Amino acid sequence: MTTRSFGKPVRRTEDLRLITGQGSFTDDAGSDALSLVMVRSPYANARVVSIDVSEAEQLDGVTAVLTYEDLPDRLAEPLPLLIPHPSLSEPRTQHILAKDRVRYVGQAVVAIFAADRYIGEDAAERVIIEYESKVAVVGIDGALGTNLVHHDVPRNVAADHSEHVGDVASALAEAPHVLELDFEMERSLGSALEGRASHATWDRHSRKLQIQNATQTPTSVRFAVANILEIPDEQVEVFAIDVGGGFGTKVIHPWPEDILTAWGAMNYDRAVKFTEDRVEHFISSSHERGQRHHVKVGFNTEGQILGLDVDFVHDNGAYTPYGMIAPLITATQLPGPYKLPNYRVRFRSVYTNTVQVTPYRGAARPHAVFTMERTMDRIASFLGIDRSEVRQRNFIQPDEFPYDLGMIFQDGRPAIYDSGDYPEMLNKALAMIEWDSFAERRSQAPPGKRRGIGVACYVEGTGLGPYEGGHVRVETGGKIQVSTGLASSGQGHHTVFAQIVADELGVPFEDVEVVTGDTRRFKYAVGTFASRAAVTSGNAVAEAARLVKKKAIALAADALEANPEDLEIVDGQVQVKGTPVRAIPLSQVAVLANPLRYSFSEAAKAATQFAGTTSFDEPPIKPGEDPGLEATGWYSPVRATFASGTHAVEVEVDLITSEVEILRYCVVHDCGRIINPLIVEGQIHGGVAQGIAGALYEKLAYDEDGNLQNASFMDFLMPYCTEIPKIEIDHLETPSPLNPLGIKGAGEAGVIPVSAVIASAIEDAEGFEINQMPLFPSELHSMRLASGRQPA
Amino acid sequence: MNAEVSHEIVLNVNGEVKRFSAPARRLLSDALRGDLGLTGTHVGCEHGVCGCCTVLIDNQPVRSCLTFAIAAQDRKIRTVEGLADADGELHPVQAAFKECHALQCGFCTPGFLMTATALLEQRPNPDEEEITEALAGNLCRCTGYQNIRSAIGHAIELMQSDI
Ligand code: FES
Ligand code: FES
Repeated sequence: MTTRSFGKPVRRTEDLRLITGQGSFTDDAGSDALSLVMVRSPYANARVVSIDVSEAEQLDGVTAVLTYEDLPDRLAEPLPLLIPHPSLSEPRTQHILAKDRVRYVGQAVVAIFAADRYIGEDAAERVIIEYESKVAVVGIDGALGTNLVHHDVPRNVAADHSEHVGDVASALAEAPHVLELDFEMERSLGSALEGRASHATWDRHSRKLQIQNATQTPTSVRFAVANILEIPDEQVEVFAIDVGGGFGTKVIHPWPEDILTAWGAMNYDRAVKFTEDRVEHFISSSHERGQRHHVKVGFNTEGQILGLDVDFVHDNGAYTPYGMIAPLITATQLPGPYKLPNYRVRFRSVYTNTVQVTPYRGAARPHAVFTMERTMDRIASFLGIDRSEVRQRNFIQPDEFPYDLGMIFQDGRPAIYDSGDYPEMLNKALAMIEWDSFAERRSQAPPGKRRGIGVACYVEGTGLGPYEGGHVRVETGGKIQVSTGLASSGQGHHTVFAQIVADELGVPFEDVEVVTGDTRRFKYAVGTFASRAAVTSGNAVAEAARLVKKKAIALAADALEANPEDLEIVDGQVQVKGTPVRAIPLSQVAVLANPLRYSFSEAAKAATQFAGTTSFDEPPIKPGEDPGLEATGWYSPVRATFASGTHAVEVEVDLITSEVEILRYCVVHDCGRIINPLIVEGQIHGGVAQGIAGALYEKLAYDEDGNLQNASFMDFLMPYCTEIPKIEIDHLETPSPLNPLGIKGAGEAGVIPVSAVIASAIEDAEGFEINQMPLFPSELHSMRLASGRQPA
Repeated sequence: MNAEVSHEIVLNVNGEVKRFSAPARRLLSDALRGDLGLTGTHVGCEHGVCGCCTVLIDNQPVRSCLTFAIAAQDRKIRTVEGLADADGELHPVQAAFKECHALQCGFCTPGFLMTATALLEQRPNPDEEEITEALAGNLCRCTGYQNIRSAIGHAIELMQSDI
C-alpha cells in the first residue's frame, strides 16, 4: 500500500518558495512595465464639470493620460453585472472611468500610463478636475432618506426581495410570546496584505495577451477581458501564480484597472502594470457587512421558535457588480441549525455614496448568525432558561437529514442541508469551554473586571457549483502534473490536491506537482470563493486521477500480459497484486501511452514503431482512446454541501477602560472529512482572527460627506498578534453524502459566528443588551452609562 | 517637463555589492524589488505599519518602505533571499515556519522571517512577552498569528539543537 496522505497533517509544498523569497506575486513581475496610476474622486457624490490633463501629459515619462472621453468602444460601457437576479430590479455597475458623475470617494476618474509609479503620481497631482458636489447619501439612514445615489433609482432601492416558508403571520399571531428586536453590523473589508494587481503583456508576434492578475477567478477574468477588448478568448491567457490573500475582494472582476492594463499593453505595445496601494484598497476595492435587521420572533414557553420574521436593509454601496448575493446569503443562512417551520425574510438592498459592497470572507453569514444567535439569547433570557438549552430545543436533529429549508440558496438551487450533528457539536463546545462550571469562574473575576461566557452556532453552505475540473498527467519522467482552474490565495491547494491525487492514483505525495489558476493549463473553472475549492476541485482532481489510474492499468495489463483486475498501483508501480515482482513503473506506462515515431530518451525507445507491438490488427491508438497518460475529470455538485460549527468564548471586561479581553476561545467545527488538519486549523485560526477583528477592532468610518476617515492601517485597527488569543479547536466529521470524498468547505467558517459569540459573552458579563457590532471600548462605555450602570 | 536626476547608488545586499542608478526619492523597498530584482521583500502598506517590507540593516529590522535607497549605502542590508545559506539549507526560522504552518498566502512572511531573525540573533532565548513585543509590528491577515508564535518557539528549539 502507498501510505495514504488524506487526513494527515502534511506540510505544505507551497512553502519553500514563499519562505525563501521566491514567490511570484503579481507586482513581482514587470519592473520595467508602464505603471497605471488612477486619479480618484475626492467627492462621494458629484458631477464632473471639467478635466484638464494638459499639464500631466507634458510630464517626462508620461505615456498617456485618459479620461472617459478617450475610452474606445466597449471600454466606454459600464462594467458587467456579474450575477443578475430577478429581484435585482435596478442593478448599476461603474464605468471604467467616471462618466460625468462620481458616486463614491475613490472612484476612478482619470488613468495615467507612466514610466513608473513615482512619475505617475507626479502626473496625477497635475490633473485638474472641477467637480460640482452634491449631498452624499451615507449609511442606511441616508439611503432611506430623500437624496438619490442614482437619479433613476427611486428610493435608492436596488433590490427588494422576499422569501418565506410556512405562514409566519399566523404563527406570530398564535405564539404565546413575541419579541421584536433590532440588530446592526457595520462595515469592514477583506484587507488582504497584497492589494489588487494586474500585469499585462502583449506579444504582437504570437498575438497573445498575457495577464498575471491577483484574482480568485482567472478564467472569468480571461473571458471578461477578451469580451471587452473584443478579441478571441484564445488570445488571452490569465494566471494567478501567488495571490497574497483574497477574502472575497479578489473574486470581483474585471476591475477598471484589469481592463486598462490589458488594453494599454496592446495599445502601447508595452507591459503595463497596476498595483493597488493601501489607500486604494480602502477606497476603491470592496467593503462588506453593513446591514440592519428587524426581527419579530414568536415562541412557546419551552423556547421553541414558532415563527420568525426578519426584515433587513443591506447597504450595497454605490454599485452592484456582484448582484445581490451578499444579502441573499444572509436571508438563506439565517435559519442556521434551527427548525423554522414559519420563516419570512425580506430585504432591501440600497445604494449609498460609498465603496461597493461585495462578499468578504463569511459573505453576509456573520450578520445572519449575529441576528439569529442574538435572537436565541433573547428568547433564553426572556424565559429564564439556559442559552445552550434554548438552542438544543430548536436544533434540527441528526436523523432529520436531508433537511430542506424550503428556500433557494445563492447557487440558485434549493437549500437542503445534507448532514451534520448540531446537538453533539454544541455539547462538545460546552464541554470544551466548561460551560457548566462557569459560575465559579465568574465569581473569581479579579477586582475591576467582570466575566461573561457566550456560545454561537452556525451552518454554512459550501462547495457549491456550477463545477470545477481537474487535469492529471503522468509524465514520462515519473512526475505527476495536476492542474485545476481556480486560483489559490493561501489555502494550501497545491498540497491538498496533491494529497488527493497521490492517494487516488497510488503514487508518492512528493511526485505530485499542482498548478492552480492558470488558463494556459486549465481553461474552464468558476473560482475560489464560498468555501468551495476543496470540495469542487478536490473531487474533480480525484476523478481525473481515477481515470488516469484506469488507463494506466489497461496499458500495463497489455505490457505485463496480466488481467487488469489483478493489477494495482503502489508507490508509482503498476503491479500484479500479491506478486510485486511483475511490475512496471507508471513513468514507463506513460511512455507506452504515447506511441512514438521519434524517440527522445532511452525509455522512450519502447514506444517507437519497431519496438514490437501486441497486435497488428488494432491501430496504435485504440478507438475511443487518447494518447498520453492523462485525463480530465469534472465535479459538478447537484447543490451545496452544508458545513457547521459552534464557537464558545469566555471574556473579561474591564470596568474602567471597557476593554474586552478574550480569556478562552473554543471552536468545534464540522467540515466533513478533513483532507489536511494542519491546513483546516490554519483556516480556522485566520477566520476567527478576522472575526475578532470585525467584532472588536475594525470598522470603516464614513463621515457625513462620504469620506472614509480611516483609510489607512494607522487608523483602521487591523489586529496584530497582540490582539488575537489562542484558539482551541475540536473537530466533528460528518462526511458529506453529496461528493465521493465526503468533504465540505472550511475556508470561511472561522469568521462566521465570532461577532455573535463575543456579543453573547459581553452581554453575559455586562447584563445589558448588545445589539450591534463591532463594539469598541468607547461604545461599550457609552452603553454602560446609558444602561445606568456606573463605571467602577 | 524635465526628467528627474538619477544618482549612482551602491548597496550591500546579502553580502553582495549592487550598483544601480535611481532618483534620490527611490525607496529601498522599490529599489530592492525593482532595481535589484529581489522581490521577496513585499510592500503591504507603503506607510510603515504592516511590516511586510521589513529587512535587516546592520542587523536591525527596518521598514524598507520608509527608507530611501540612497540612505542605505554603506550599510549591510539583509533580505529574505539571504536567509538560507549558500547551499540552500534553510535558516531555522524558515524551517520552523514551514514545519508549523506559519504562513498561508505568504505575503507577510518575509517580513515576519526577518523580524524573527533579528529577535533571535539579539535574544536567543526570548520569553513569550519578548516574542509578542517583537512581532507586534507585523500584520498578517491569514494566519491569526497562532502558528507564527509556535514557529518562533520551534525556531528557538532548532537553533539550540544546532549548537
Ligand atoms: S510596506 Fe512597509 S510597513 Fe507596510
Ligand atoms: S500569510 Fe497571508 S498575510 Fe500572512
